[in-house]
Amino acid sequence: MSVRTQEAPPRDRVPVEAAAAPGPPPRRAPAGRKGSLPYLLLLPALALTAVFLGYPLVTNGMLSFQNLNMTQLIQHLTEWNGVTNYTDTLGSETFWRVTLRSVVFTAVNVVVIIVVGTLVGLLLARLGPRMRLLLSVGLVLAWAMPVIAATTVYQWLFAQRFGVVNWVLAELGFGSMADYNWTGSQLSTFFVISLLLVWTSVPFVAINLYAATTTIAKELYEAAALDGAGAWQSFKSVTFPFLKPFLMVATFLEVIWIFKAFPHVFAVNEGGPDRLTETLPVYAFVEGVGNQHYGTGAAISVLTILILLALMSYYLRLVLRQEDAEESENEGKKG
Amino acid sequence: MRRSLPGRIWPNVTALVLFAAFAFPVYWMFNTAFKPSGQIISENPVWFPTSPTLEHFRTAVAAEHFWALVRNSVTVTVLAVGLSLLVALFASFALARMRFKGRKAIVLTFMVAQMAPWEVMVIAIYMIVRDADMLNSLVPLTLFYTVMVLPLTIITLRGYVAAVPKDLEESAMVDGCTRLQAFRRVIFPLLAPGLMATSLFGFITAWNEFPMVLILNKDAEAQTLPLWLSKFQTAFGDDWGATMAAASLFAVPILLLFLYLQRKAVAGLTSGAVKG
Repeated sequence: MSVRTQEAPPRDRVPVEAAAAPGPPPRRAPAGRKGSLPYLLLLPALALTAVFLGYPLVTNGMLSFQNLNMTQLIQHLTEWNGVTNYTDTLGSETFWRVTLRSVVFTAVNVVVIIVVGTLVGLLLARLGPRMRLLLSVGLVLAWAMPVIAATTVYQWLFAQRFGVVNWVLAELGFGSMADYNWTGSQLSTFFVISLLLVWTSVPFVAINLYAATTTIAKELYEAAALDGAGAWQSFKSVTFPFLKPFLMVATFLEVIWIFKAFPHVFAVNEGGPDRLTETLPVYAFVEGVGNQHYGTGAAISVLTILILLALMSYYLRLVLRQEDAEESENEGKKG
Repeated sequence: MRRSLPGRIWPNVTALVLFAAFAFPVYWMFNTAFKPSGQIISENPVWFPTSPTLEHFRTAVAAEHFWALVRNSVTVTVLAVGLSLLVALFASFALARMRFKGRKAIVLTFMVAQMAPWEVMVIAIYMIVRDADMLNSLVPLTLFYTVMVLPLTIITLRGYVAAVPKDLEESAMVDGCTRLQAFRRVIFPLLAPGLMATSLFGFITAWNEFPMVLILNKDAEAQTLPLWLSKFQTAFGDDWGATMAAASLFAVPILLLFLYLQRKAVAGLTSGAVKG
């Protein structure tokens, strides 16, 4: 009964709606004709991603619930063992130590990269054209250097014998550094890894930040100068607000990149000495592939992916908001 | 705005120091590669190779299966980048130009996919490839690299497609082009620099990839150059000359491509805008 009474009013409203909004029907017609086109265009990309990324992800998840070591791997055995891999991993002190280490490692590197990258980017904006080109070439060289080549070069720069860094330090008066073994302790290994990461990551931040500064209207600075703003004041009131959205995105991208950085950390000292420089991705790799605890390795990698997703969620929210803004902007233009 | 003398000098000095800091590792790689061994293992570093030699390059190239690995690396990289560009072209066009249900979810999917930690999934990937009986083959490697570079390719290309003025396409269609023709004759030429710039990052990723090929292709002849390079140190002990020669050979294609494409891509964008 009540259904009927509720149905009645809309029926009355139908003609009113049609009269008030003649827009939708003609707009809907072309949309209907080409309705499947975007999906067709997206199909190959989505299918490839589903098969070669989605399927391994699912497989990885299933492996994490299995007792999978060398024996099972060779004999193609599937031994389910419930959540044992997870309880083992989450119950081990090592996992939490590695997680904490990864977080600290990521935080320190991202702060250094963003600060140095911003300063270098601002410097680029201030330089004359010739010096800017020179510095850009240096930055692009570092940016373009393939990771594996870069790790090899860093090992040579920091080599205990005949390494150029030790020689320079000794010349500068640090005699004890003459034959310093950089990969001998946790902190010094991390120093080399971090330097390598900063060296490869700063160019991305600096060059993009410089590109962003070129879009700031000169009038804004003139207006700020007229208002009597000094260099710091005009930076605070003009440059920084303009760069803030870029810096937000760059920071989150760097957090993700540094957190999941694998070849840099692995190639410099393979997580050594004594597995003291393993970050989460390296830990997953060494446990799984190196120590042949494939099930445990899969569980660690699932946990790593979950942490990554949590880190990403904030970045993705930023991106989605931007996407919304763009969409409404487009709608505005059409109207 | 005129600045004081120190105000003009310190940025230039800082820039010089920074240039040296960023360029030095690359310079040192080439420097070491060309120096005779006696100058490499010397108590005082030799800053300029006074008597350059190619002996280290000969050692590096003489490694077993070197040319097979070069062929593998080039094949896998070029195919993966080409395939992902083709697939991404369709996808980015839909994402940049069309409004449809689920568009935001799809953009989000690619954003997440771009950050996939491939290194930690190698075990699962190994199992899949083994069960498909495709170990030591370049086919799975190519396909995985394609998907590895695909999300970023789509996201970047989307920006380039969106930058091409929509009016151009519409006026071409008014002039009687079909949507496909409009795309081929109007949009595609304007997109070329974007395609090149996008391919650059794909090249770097695929050329560098190392953990996956390490696990999948144990067969010496089915490997790629990153493995050759990473094995150098252990194989040659402390032969830094040969190691640096190998690193140079490995890095040069990417460095050249980067320097060339970076300029080209930017120049192409501006000239495209003028033409438009």
